[in-house]
Amino acid sequence: MSFSPYTQNGGTILAIAGKDFCVVAGDTRQSEGFSIQSRYETKVWRLNEKATIAANGFAADCKQLVKRVKWRLETYKHAHNREMPLKSIARMVQTMLYGKRFFPFYSYVIIGGIDDDGTGAVYGFDPVGSYERETCRAAGAAQSLLQPFLDNQIYFRNQQPADPTNPPIPGTLPLDNVLAIVTDSFTGATERHIEVGDALEMYVVTNSNCDLGALQQITQSATKTDLEQVAREEAEFNGPKSCKTFKLLRQLKKD
Amino acid sequence: MVFRNSYDSDNTVFSPQGRLHQVEYALEAVRQGSAAVGLRSNTHAILLTLKRSTGELASYQQKAFKIDDHLGIAIAGLTSDARVLSNYMRNQAMSSRLLYGRPIPVNRIVSQIAEKAQLATQQYGRRPYGVGFLVIGQDQTGPHLHEFSPDGNALEYVAMSIGARSQMAKTYLEKEHDKLAECSLDELIHHGLQSLKASLQQSKTLTPLNTSIAIVGPPGPNESGVKSEGSFRILEGDNAKPYIDALGQEEQTQAQTQPTQQRDVTMQE
Amino acid sequence: MNMSNNFTSWGRPFTDAKMDMYGGDVTQRYQLGAQQMTVPDDKFSEGVQKTQQPIVTGTSVIGLKFKDGIMLAADNLASYGSLARFKDIQRLYGVGSNTIIGAAGDMSDFQHVQHQLDTLITDEYCHDDGHSLGPAQIYEYMSTLMYHRRSQLNPLWNAFVVGGVDPKSGESTLAYVDLLGTTYSAPTIGTGYASMIAIPLLRRLVEDRQEPLNKEDALDIIKTCMKVLFYRDARSLNKFQVATITKEGSEISQSMSVDTEWGFAEGIRGYGGQTQ
Repeated sequence: MSFSPYTQNGGTILAIAGKDFCVVAGDTRQSEGFSIQSRYETKVWRLNEKATIAANGFAADCKQLVKRVKWRLETYKHAHNREMPLKSIARMVQTMLYGKRFFPFYSYVIIGGIDDDGTGAVYGFDPVGSYERETCRAAGAAQSLLQPFLDNQIYFRNQQPADPTNPPIPGTLPLDNVLAIVTDSFTGATERHIEVGDALEMYVVTNSNCDLGALQQITQSATKTDLEQVAREEAEFNGPKSCKTFKLLRQLKKD
Repeated sequence: MVFRNSYDSDNTVFSPQGRLHQVEYALEAVRQGSAAVGLRSNTHAILLTLKRSTGELASYQQKAFKIDDHLGIAIAGLTSDARVLSNYMRNQAMSSRLLYGRPIPVNRIVSQIAEKAQLATQQYGRRPYGVGFLVIGQDQTGPHLHEFSPDGNALEYVAMSIGARSQMAKTYLEKEHDKLAECSLDELIHHGLQSLKASLQQSKTLTPLNTSIAIVGPPGPNESGVKSEGSFRILEGDNAKPYIDALGQEEQTQAQTQPTQQRDVTMQE
Repeated sequence: MNMSNNFTSWGRPFTDAKMDMYGGDVTQRYQLGAQQMTVPDDKFSEGVQKTQQPIVTGTSVIGLKFKDGIMLAADNLASYGSLARFKDIQRLYGVGSNTIIGAAGDMSDFQHVQHQLDTLITDEYCHDDGHSLGPAQIYEYMSTLMYHRRSQLNPLWNAFVVGGVDPKSGESTLAYVDLLGTTYSAPTIGTGYASMIAIPLLRRLVEDRQEPLNKEDALDIIKTCMKVLFYRDARSLNKFQVATITKEGSEISQSMSVDTEWGFAEGIRGYGGQTQ
């Protein structure tokens, strides 16, 4: 019997890009085997006003990876006096993951945010750094439950367009629809996967054109136990540029 | 050869008077740099710097630098030596957050660069750093102001100035230092600008272009978008203007319309 | 035979734990856990050993958050396999004045960590500048240490519970770190057997509780859990210590025990005194 340096800590992450926003979400349950270790350990971290990262798999590796990414971003900021752009962060994360190709970070990574022309963007990675830009991506314990659902709802797979001459374009859904899809994804995964549940954190990265009506509506309609207010986070996350990141917290079933 | 001394070609050799000439030349490099002033109250620590430009076509050289969210420096002397030391400080500050999850205590990071500078005064084949710092930061024990100099000294002050003609600024601070503790941020900045102004050559003035103000502590009434815990920030240009205007310098308008006249070029940093 | 002796894999397909969504074994695909770390070869490298299993071990540690701070408990037993080898071992350890850690797993590795933390605290004390390391900082340090060692494939074979209250902010910390560098914080924590036996009790008694939990009630809950652990964990001892950390400071109690009832065993075949 030899020491195995890995374990799996469950949970699931998900990101969906819109025209002028991107939602990056993850549940907050951390587990090992059949034990729930914590009901609130975050898997999603804001990196800067345009980028948010989610990492899932072996929690210790994920946390270490994010620490290193943050270190590199801080260094970049000192050296260039600006934030690293989203696509550069994605390329950097590739090299960081591949740099440990022969002792990998057991991390499934998704980066979401706003790209250089102000459009929502998602980058999905495998643990050794293979990556591509996408409109949406699910990863983690319930990836096999969520990705087909997203293929259907976001990429409109297996749907007949009402108007075949003018089919819907992936990545153009409005924010309220996307938030509803994210919430439904996680309530669904919570029902069918034992490692998913407890609470859902949704980071909404928006550019200045984004209609925030959907966020305001959620904040006003929800009771405090269902959803924490976003206003506090908004103030804290309000960067110098026009991009803002909001954090929504929603409770999931705890069984 | 006016400045030529014996015993000055090797910094590890003492002069018969017990002096290290290379170290003293390094201190001279700090004195040649443009002035920087630092002050501390019970709630804030601030830095004020006078920036130089090398000519009409050049922009002003940056004098104040952020090290971490809670920490920053003003420099006088060789900018390139400052870059080496500030890179080191940034790494140390990030390491503290990585290993202990805490912002590095101000006195400790200052001690660390002082240690580094001292080695350069004692080891064969090295030269002292030709730059001095004023360091401000906020930690568990409140706001702090430290001076670091190339001889390896690092001391804490309530008010200090370094660089060219900084004795004038120091004289002002010595007169006012007992009032500083209770000052509001705006009052503290006002004292700082008065002090910096005292160090100016005649016909020179403080303008939003040549002055920068660095702050740690809670936001003041003229600042918006600053986090309430009070992080390090640098006010320049339009952001510094209200404070400089408040100084009530009538020659300011004149200086702004004739930017060539306000040049403050005595040497290159 | 595919049935594992590890009960956590009962009831799921035997490959499920290691399978990703494509049905592949991720540990195979990326050669996870293979010997990738290159150790510089010298004459002694063959003789250099790394911990591959714990030897003298402590069993579970439990911890909970209450109104004024944190309470931890661990029994006084250090086992050598199934032998109850040392029955007066302290597994709770104070780090600075506002943090206490509890250790499960290898006791020699725990002692090494104690020395490491002593050095850390002494260095901090010698600075003599009014700064101190609170529980959150000590926890961050321990996480880094444990993850670093696991990444060298030379782990410290422990699971630690870190409890403390920051004297300045009053913020309490209750967190976990183990030999893999896995970390988390929660209102109740249990390592090893306690994560299966004590956690359900603690969650009901602490997390589902409506009114604030005071120190006396917290101690009752701790005792209840230690009793159940003693009943069900064969590597435990009815002699344990309780640590309490509040804003005012920290304290590790004298060893104590709880009353147990074994009368029921009489009637159980194979348990009590009957021979047939």
